[in-house]
Amino acid sequence: MPKRSDIQSVLVIGSGPIVIGQAAEFDYSGTQACRVLKAEGLRVILVNSNPATIMTDPEIADATYVEPITPEFVEKIIAKERPDALLPTLGGQTALNTAISMHENGVLEKYGVELIGANVEAINKGEDRDLFKGVVEAVKAKIGYGESARSVICHSMDDVLAGVGTLGGYPVVVRPSFTMGGAGSGFAHDEDELRRIAGQGLTLSPTTEVLLEESILGWKEYELELMRDKHDNVVVVCSIENFDPMGVHTGDSITVAPAMTLTDREYQRLRDIGIAIIREVGVDTGGCNIQFAIDPTDGRVIVIEMNPRVSRSSALASKATGFPIAKIAAKLAVGYTLDEIPNDITEKTPASFEPTLDYVVVKAPRFAFEKFPSADSTLTTTMKSVGEAMAIGRNFTEALQKALRSLEKKGSQFSFTGETGDKAELLAEAVRPTDGRINTVMQAIRAGATQEEVFDATKIDPWFVDQLFLIKEIADELAAADELGPELLAEAKRHGFSDAQIADIRSLREDVVREVRHALGIRPVYKTVDTCAAEFAAKTPYFYSSYDEESEVASRTKPAVIILGSGPNRIGQGIEFDYSCVHASFALSDAGYETVMVNCNPETVSTDYDTSDRLYFEPLTLEDVLEIVHAESLAGPVAGVIVQLGGQTPLGLSQALKDNGVPIVGTSPEAIHAAEDRGAFGRVLAEAGLPAPKHGTATTFDEAKAIADEIGYPVLVRPSYVLGGRGMEIVYDETRLSSYIAESTEISPTRPVLVDRFLDDAIEIDVDALYDGTELYLGGVMEHIEEAGIHSGDSACALPPITLGGYDIKRLRTSTEGIAKGVGVRGLINIQFALSGDILYVLEANPRASRTVPFTSKATAVPLAKAAARISLGATVAELREEGLLPKNGDGGTLPLDAPISVKEAVMPWSRFRDIHGRGVDTVLGPEMRSTGEVMGIDSVFGTAYAKSQAGAYGPLPTKGRAFISVANRDKRSMIFPARELVAHGFELLATSGTAEVLKRNGIHATVVRKQSEGVGPQGERTIVQLIHDGEVDLIVNTPYGTGGRLDGYEIRTAAVARSVPCLTTVQALAAAVQGIDALNHGDVGVRSLQEHAEHLTAARD
Amino acid sequence: MTISTRGAAKAPAVLVLEDGRAFRGRAYGAVGETFGEAVFSTGMTGYQETLTDPSYHRQVVVMTAPHVGNTGVNDEDPESKRIWVAGYVVRDPARVPSNWRSQRSLDEELEHQGVVGISGIDTRALTRHLRERGAMRVGIFSGDAIADEATLLARVKEAPEMVGADLSAEVATKETYVVPAIGTKKFTVAAIDLGIKGMTPHRMAERGIEVHVLPATATLEEVYAVEPDGVFFSNGPGDPATADHPVSVMQGVLERKTPLFGICFGNQILGRALGFGTYKLKYGHRGINQPVQDRTTGKVEVTAHNHGFAVDAPLDKVSDTKFGRAEVSHVCLNDQVVEGLQLLDQPAFSVQYHPEAAAGPHDAAYLFDRFVSLMEGQRA
Repeated sequence: MPKRSDIQSVLVIGSGPIVIGQAAEFDYSGTQACRVLKAEGLRVILVNSNPATIMTDPEIADATYVEPITPEFVEKIIAKERPDALLPTLGGQTALNTAISMHENGVLEKYGVELIGANVEAINKGEDRDLFKGVVEAVKAKIGYGESARSVICHSMDDVLAGVGTLGGYPVVVRPSFTMGGAGSGFAHDEDELRRIAGQGLTLSPTTEVLLEESILGWKEYELELMRDKHDNVVVVCSIENFDPMGVHTGDSITVAPAMTLTDREYQRLRDIGIAIIREVGVDTGGCNIQFAIDPTDGRVIVIEMNPRVSRSSALASKATGFPIAKIAAKLAVGYTLDEIPNDITEKTPASFEPTLDYVVVKAPRFAFEKFPSADSTLTTTMKSVGEAMAIGRNFTEALQKALRSLEKKGSQFSFTGETGDKAELLAEAVRPTDGRINTVMQAIRAGATQEEVFDATKIDPWFVDQLFLIKEIADELAAADELGPELLAEAKRHGFSDAQIADIRSLREDVVREVRHALGIRPVYKTVDTCAAEFAAKTPYFYSSYDEESEVASRTKPAVIILGSGPNRIGQGIEFDYSCVHASFALSDAGYETVMVNCNPETVSTDYDTSDRLYFEPLTLEDVLEIVHAESLAGPVAGVIVQLGGQTPLGLSQALKDNGVPIVGTSPEAIHAAEDRGAFGRVLAEAGLPAPKHGTATTFDEAKAIADEIGYPVLVRPSYVLGGRGMEIVYDETRLSSYIAESTEISPTRPVLVDRFLDDAIEIDVDALYDGTELYLGGVMEHIEEAGIHSGDSACALPPITLGGYDIKRLRTSTEGIAKGVGVRGLINIQFALSGDILYVLEANPRASRTVPFTSKATAVPLAKAAARISLGATVAELREEGLLPKNGDGGTLPLDAPISVKEAVMPWSRFRDIHGRGVDTVLGPEMRSTGEVMGIDSVFGTAYAKSQAGAYGPLPTKGRAFISVANRDKRSMIFPARELVAHGFELLATSGTAEVLKRNGIHATVVRKQSEGVGPQGERTIVQLIHDGEVDLIVNTPYGTGGRLDGYEIRTAAVARSVPCLTTVQALAAAVQGIDALNHGDVGVRSLQEHAEHLTAARD
Repeated sequence: MTISTRGAAKAPAVLVLEDGRAFRGRAYGAVGETFGEAVFSTGMTGYQETLTDPSYHRQVVVMTAPHVGNTGVNDEDPESKRIWVAGYVVRDPARVPSNWRSQRSLDEELEHQGVVGISGIDTRALTRHLRERGAMRVGIFSGDAIADEATLLARVKEAPEMVGADLSAEVATKETYVVPAIGTKKFTVAAIDLGIKGMTPHRMAERGIEVHVLPATATLEEVYAVEPDGVFFSNGPGDPATADHPVSVMQGVLERKTPLFGICFGNQILGRALGFGTYKLKYGHRGINQPVQDRTTGKVEVTAHNHGFAVDAPLDKVSDTKFGRAEVSHVCLNDQVVEGLQLLDQPAFSVQYHPEAAAGPHDAAYLFDRFVSLMEGQRA
């Protein structure tokens, strides 16, 4: 049964900005799907507001709409493109929800668009808890297994107390019905707790009803990834076992594939239940994920939930097995059956089989709690991790230790030296699941805990606990041995010990251990991920290292370029860097090189075995990279290693790689140093005659005070050894400076604090540029919309810059060229400038691909990362212009006047975090980056582009309703005109007394509302914050007043986030929003594909 | 929970293939020496079922899954009364078993049953070697059995080959026994034990069948003495080309048009009874993830396999046999090997794989229902 012939065009919906719980994995799955559909000859129409994705590259789809993923915009796209079908299962919950609402509001029917890959009934059955309970019951009736957690509905305390008996005793979960966001729910471990929680719950519930549920905390947790085709063929692609037992979200758990502690009977029972569920739910074609809990004492199975779509776990399962779930889901959606689809890896066997693994995969989550110090770091059923690393080994210990070092975070690897601490304390600490609990457990083992004690505290399966003991025993042997003999060293490597760990245990230097190891001939081999445990020959070179006997790396003749990826996603280093790495791979492959990708992030396109000629799924540490370079050098010529595209991770390895004789192409490690070292960079600036804000370094408060007094407040202070703006703060006065220095624990003579003049009235500007040694190509100039002092990753920006003239651009170009030349860049450089008064200050320069490269590339229709990769290997800007990779004439600084305006807006993860009291965390934006993702709005005029960026990031701008305005004195003049416009659009204005007065004098009526600091009025008049919480404000304009004012504003902002009310913090943003509202009210906001924009731009350039 | 000191207690061991390749590791299970045909099994679960499957008699099984023994050993999951594999090859044996049904460790069980194994070798390299060179004889040596490689190789070459081996009688029951129907008895089946797995009569019993398990040497008269509604031929070890006695018994059953069902070795017997040849696969099918297509419905089932031989029957046409028309009903999508046969003019069919699925997926359980409906049809 071949592909359907009645579908000629398909609309694919992406997942939008990267947020916690919905990240790069949907770029991976969406990209696969689009490529497959295109290869099938279908016209692929894509909508995704996230510019940092590969899927929104113009060559991936036929028509790429970087537009907000809202039913309104998607309808416009449908009206314009008239697709035959809509594939909603590859863009996460966002895509699924959008598709459902368009089904419900009749748009799909109106335009005759068929939903493929899912039907609405199945989606509802899978997603609605009550309906899904029914599904599980039906399955049990059919096959005799599987059930939902037992629960009782109670209306009185008597019901509640009786209910505990029905459920089999404590602990129980209490869930009051119909309360917002799960308010009032909790665990009761005894009658006292139950009376307290349930009593409160019954009061809180508007229907005096609580649901009492049996607790499955501490049970074993499993997942199955299944696929079904239209002939009802079902396969289980992968089983996943959680190292962390029930109670921790699977996205926050360390997970292992395949399942490690199930007999065949138990595994087949899960498989039978899974298959029965996918049939009962009625997933026609495609993938789904089902989660199970198993009672470790008797094997009772509870079905927790299912996702009737491609999920984060499916991306992990795809990478873990070599079975590309999204790609196959796309083929199934257009009519193929599993047996008609070949297995890419073997090429001769079909996809209608179940992968079998001869290795172990471990995924470990990457958290960012350090960015949210007030957030409760206890792991719960709400996902909080921002990224993950995956590692493959021939056994669990090897995979686990590789995964932990892949996290690239201080303290993530097991440490076997130093004080162990108190066993009882460590065990007590290990009870609470947190980031790094596994390290606490290891410390407890070192402190003498027994296997039983570890299990009792954590409920981690005894088999896993024993594996930790195994690791610890080897560490003991390493410590106790007279010398590092070959057998012991080989054994340690077989269990995943890094050279650095061994060095630490033996009190040696890492390079000494490496030398000894090499002298003994102990090196890793590289095995293939082949879906079939070597039963059939693999055609796809997807490798992982292992200290085993036989290597499978084939020799080659073409010169290889090794591209180092960016590792696990984290705040500040995300999907943008993966984008650049993937582009380099594509461009260098086209240029005749054999491309070799190294990365350990399972969410990404770079770790798709289709992306590069060879893929090494490996940690990005010096040791692991050196071994890969060695293996590839044996296989054939190596042209070089690219370190400048994967962000700070590979950049940090460049000098050490070079010291080990590895050829680094592009910007040299010395040049990188010249940009990163403050002294060296200062000399570059001095030579080029460029000013930087006044600054100094201090190790004590007195020194800091002296500097601040000299350069004047406000000052920007930060520790000198951190990245991503960690610990950075704007300090307005001496008092705060004193407390900052006092609070910064790690300031020392070797780690001074940097004090910079903070230019608070400046316009911040970001520049991305290419430099080949002689010619500069100005990629793009971005003007920040937010006030100065907010991390560039967290602020919105516009390209081309909206208020800079030709003279400014000329100065930016000269400065950029001076720095690129002075530093010695070969490839990409990103520079941040601040225009204050008439002086263009240089804030910092990064001689690498920046976070904004994908945005700049899409906004200007020029593939900067591709060009950078080529320049790294010797091509010149002139050659690339000739070749057509860069435009023949002009660059990103000379965009034609009618070029589209693109606006980038950051997306923040506030709503994910709660402090230990359950309150929302402070949403203060500042010099430390905290956004997880971004969206792009593109249109012919700024206002509309801005409106789109807001709609994509936070939801549409309001077109009517109530607007609250409170602005700083310096902004009061510029507020009048836009305020009048808001009134003209029918908005009712609310204002604090000062702002209201100014408005009234200008003939604009505004209702005075109370400030938060004024409190509730005598007649119970609510404050603005309360009004926002009560949902009575539709738009907030709040520009900062300085220190105190800022804080007042932040309370408003917190409320705005809690209620998802658009909040504008600059008058520029207000002006922009008014233009956007104007466009929305005129109904003339259109949609245009990137391909159309590019065509227009290219025509204008020639 | 007891912990063996990591590795220290285990003696060195060496595995030698008949083509001279050797792997060095540590002893697992019993210490000593063993010989057999080296085969690899790709199942990630079900080692207890694999070890006790009589079809593995005289085979040294290489597990491609690296961690083996994690769930220990219980007394519910074995497929027969003893471990049949001649030797066991694993990479990372468990030190601590973890499962609520576990009664003892696999290491202990292997040692207790005298099964010589080896651990800590590159099982993937060995598997790739067997894939490229084909299944071959192998020896595992540990303790006093270790000698220089040339001596060991010579001993491996003395071991008997699998081609031409007649092994059913060695593994089958000597005495007839009855597995009672679960619930109401509806049918009686005579099952010829050529190396039957415990789950097979259980699957029939679940469907109201009383199963009389007969020795491999049972005669046609003995088969009909139980007044069977259907006759079943089981799986089992060895070369089907040597199975002349079961073939002649089956021909007798076919002549009487009694409903007939065969699994694995039983499929090869049916092939021979119909006049098709059998041949040895290069490295066989052993795993629980094999895609088999039911050629009548087009549906694919994921199935458990354990066979080194296959039937040579035409895929593209219906064949005329002395028992009427026959066709290939099932085929393995990986390599187009014949996985099932059926007669079109009388009630007989067989599959090369394992619908009883222990270990393995339950996708093919419908075949037992098909056997039941053949018997129902015969009665009507």
